[in-house]
Amino acid sequence: MTVAWYLVVSALIFCVGAAGVLVRRSPLVILLCLELMLNAGNLALIAFSRMTGTGDGQIFAIIVMVVAACEVVVGLGIIVALYRRRLPIDVDQLRRLQG
Amino acid sequence: MEDVLFFIAAIGAVVGAIGVIALRNPFYSVLALVSHLLSLALLFLLLEAQFVAAAQIVVYAGAVMVLYVFVVSYVGGQGEPLASVGPGLGGVGLVLCIGLFVELSIAILGSGLHAIDTDGAKLGPGFGTPGQIGQLLLTKFLFPFEIASFLLLVAAVGAVVLARRRRGIDAPDEPLPPRDRLELTAAEVMRIPRAGSQAESIGLGQEEKEEQGGW
Repeated sequence: MTVAWYLVVSALIFCVGAAGVLVRRSPLVILLCLELMLNAGNLALIAFSRMTGTGDGQIFAIIVMVVAACEVVVGLGIIVALYRRRLPIDVDQLRRLQG
Repeated sequence: MEDVLFFIAAIGAVVGAIGVIALRNPFYSVLALVSHLLSLALLFLLLEAQFVAAAQIVVYAGAVMVLYVFVVSYVGGQGEPLASVGPGLGGVGLVLCIGLFVELSIAILGSGLHAIDTDGAKLGPGFGTPGQIGQLLLTKFLFPFEIASFLLLVAAVGAVVLARRRRGIDAPDEPLPPRDRLELTAAEVMRIPRAGSQAESIGLGQEEKEEQGGW
């Protein structure tokens, strides 16, 4: 398969993730959709790494994985903190939560 | 053979992604994401990225998803109505995303990169192996590697601060805020009632506690 096929799959996954962020209201599912978008970026990076024949894109993909893990940890920590305060787990009702 | 594997993995990845946003129960969404990640690891293997594929399965599908499953079970995976933002707004979101996909496809297919229509460059021996990745991480990309490790440390400390549960110095019957009061600041959410303070976590304030009858 040519590299363009992988990039189209990556674009499709990214758009599904973006649709999820826009449509869903539970912060848990929104975090999952962010994972989808980051993974789509990873797929594109690795496809380009295959295209150029250098390993640089794979290093980028690993760094993206690290960033995704950090984002998950802090995001889930905030969700647990919200749950402890008995706040609704719903981003529409938490729209004033901006510091 | 490679083409067949590509289509199997690509369809699995896209179906898994749609499952994440289409299933009502967050628990099933997490499971759909796991199947999506496994299909993606197969795609990585087809692109000769063996180490990243292994890391994807071990770190993502293994560790990160277990974290999700724990939090979903803790918070309680109550289903929410799909498209709960109202039909108009949900439709706008879907149209935006389809437009984004069309735009990205035009950008990919009309790009000036000539190598995009090939199977990729000729690969040297050892492409994508742990040896090559490790060598790159410790020579050419040493600085991003160190920054990433520092970021992980900060995230770990932040998670402990956010989610700790400890008996506090505060009065144990500190009232919770009423449920319908939603105008909270971020600082209020972060400071969990009865969770104790930072001073207590390093052992200060223990003396008064013991005078009051211990923990």
